[in-house]
Amino acid sequence: MAGISKTSIARKVAMALSGLFLVLFLAQHFTINFTSVVSPSTFNEISHFMGTNFVVQAILQPILIAGVVFHFVMGFVLDIRNRKARGVKYNKFNGQANSPWVSRNMILSGSVVLAFLGLHFYDFWIPELIHKYVETNPDDPFRYYDETIAKFAGNPIRTGLYSISFVLLMLHLLHGFASSFQTMGVNNKYSSGIKIFTKAFAIVIPMGFVFIAIFHYFNNL
Amino acid sequence: MKLKLKVWRQEDAQDKGGFKNYDVDGIDGDMSFLEMLDVLNNNLVNEGIDPVEFDHDCREGICGSCSLQINGEPHGPDRRITTCQLHMRKFKDGDEIVIEPFRATAFPVIKDLVIDRSAFDRIQHAGGYISVNTSGNTQDANSIPIDKQDADDSFYAATCIGCGACVAACKNASAMLFTSAKVSQFALLPQGKIEAHERVLEMVHQMDKEGFGNCTNTGACEIECPKGISLENIARLNREYLSASVFS
Repeated sequence: MAGISKTSIARKVAMALSGLFLVLFLAQHFTINFTSVVSPSTFNEISHFMGTNFVVQAILQPILIAGVVFHFVMGFVLDIRNRKARGVKYNKFNGQANSPWVSRNMILSGSVVLAFLGLHFYDFWIPELIHKYVETNPDDPFRYYDETIAKFAGNPIRTGLYSISFVLLMLHLLHGFASSFQTMGVNNKYSSGIKIFTKAFAIVIPMGFVFIAIFHYFNNL
Repeated sequence: MKLKLKVWRQEDAQDKGGFKNYDVDGIDGDMSFLEMLDVLNNNLVNEGIDPVEFDHDCREGICGSCSLQINGEPHGPDRRITTCQLHMRKFKDGDEIVIEPFRATAFPVIKDLVIDRSAFDRIQHAGGYISVNTSGNTQDANSIPIDKQDADDSFYAATCIGCGACVAACKNASAMLFTSAKVSQFALLPQGKIEAHERVLEMVHQMDKEGFGNCTNTGACEIECPKGISLENIARLNREYLSASVFS
């Protein structure tokens, strides 16, 4: 297995695996967030569990952060290598004649998602760290719903930015999720079913996040 | 038909190169694209100008040497054809046609529209063969039963003519479709199993060494391939490579 990590296929597989891991996280995040629409108390319960459980905080969270950082860094590394492989650019390149826009602009949609992550960390993760470790506030299992709602209530700009970001995430997933299976070598009788599932996931989950943001915005006018 | 041509001219590999504009008249819709370039070159020679260098050999879609980027697409706007099979009826009177060489760091320009595709040869040399002794003791082909689907898939993979359209069409200048076809044509047959691991590792290593980009599964290569080599081959290459990396 020597040298495997240095080959183009190994890098692709690493990208695909980290992407699939982030897709799993996304599904879990959406499930929790959706409870804020149907049951604020359930949302508080789950959020409190996630925010205080040792395994989640000390083991899963660092793995998640490592996965996110790896996916983005590798994405940019591959993009630089790919641009270098072209060398001289075409005067005329008719990409839309043979490939979908989303597949040719993964770095663009990924960059928007990265920018969104910065906003998301600024909105939720950093305040959470300050709340717990800087201000060392007492444990409050009922604060999560109100804190989340406060970010969207009366704030059309934040709601809009979240919505746009999730549209770009949808475009990213429309190509990336299905593509990861091709990279893993999956091409068999289940491939058409996998394509349908990945396309449905890529639309339903990001649009679900948009729905949650808009729901809380209008619900608190 | 009268056309405006914007053609890439480059003296040699060291020259920076640039576009030159030419007008050609009297082009018939039944002419092939290469015949249109022949008309242009006749005009240029009559004017005392160096003709435009371009690769061509069989002119019937077999050799894969007539590789040109035409209006932003390898082999032009038609599908499942090479440049020599592209007819001028695909264009209209007064059209501007941009003609460039295939662009990739691994395919350096030699002169004008002629590129060096020996990188493909080196990938083939790295493992695209089987070590069967055929000197006098060859078995009858029918003595080794092969599944019909595998035989067909192997045959389709072997129809790759190595024209380089996959690299030219890919936004990353990736050679995965070519390499995957050359790996697949053997991987599917019992004769190819003996050196399967060594073959895929060596060919992928050589592909990377040549400086081709990474496949991002846009599918442009499959669409632009004159022989319709399928993306299934890339999935097979990935499987073969992962299996060889783990078990060899």
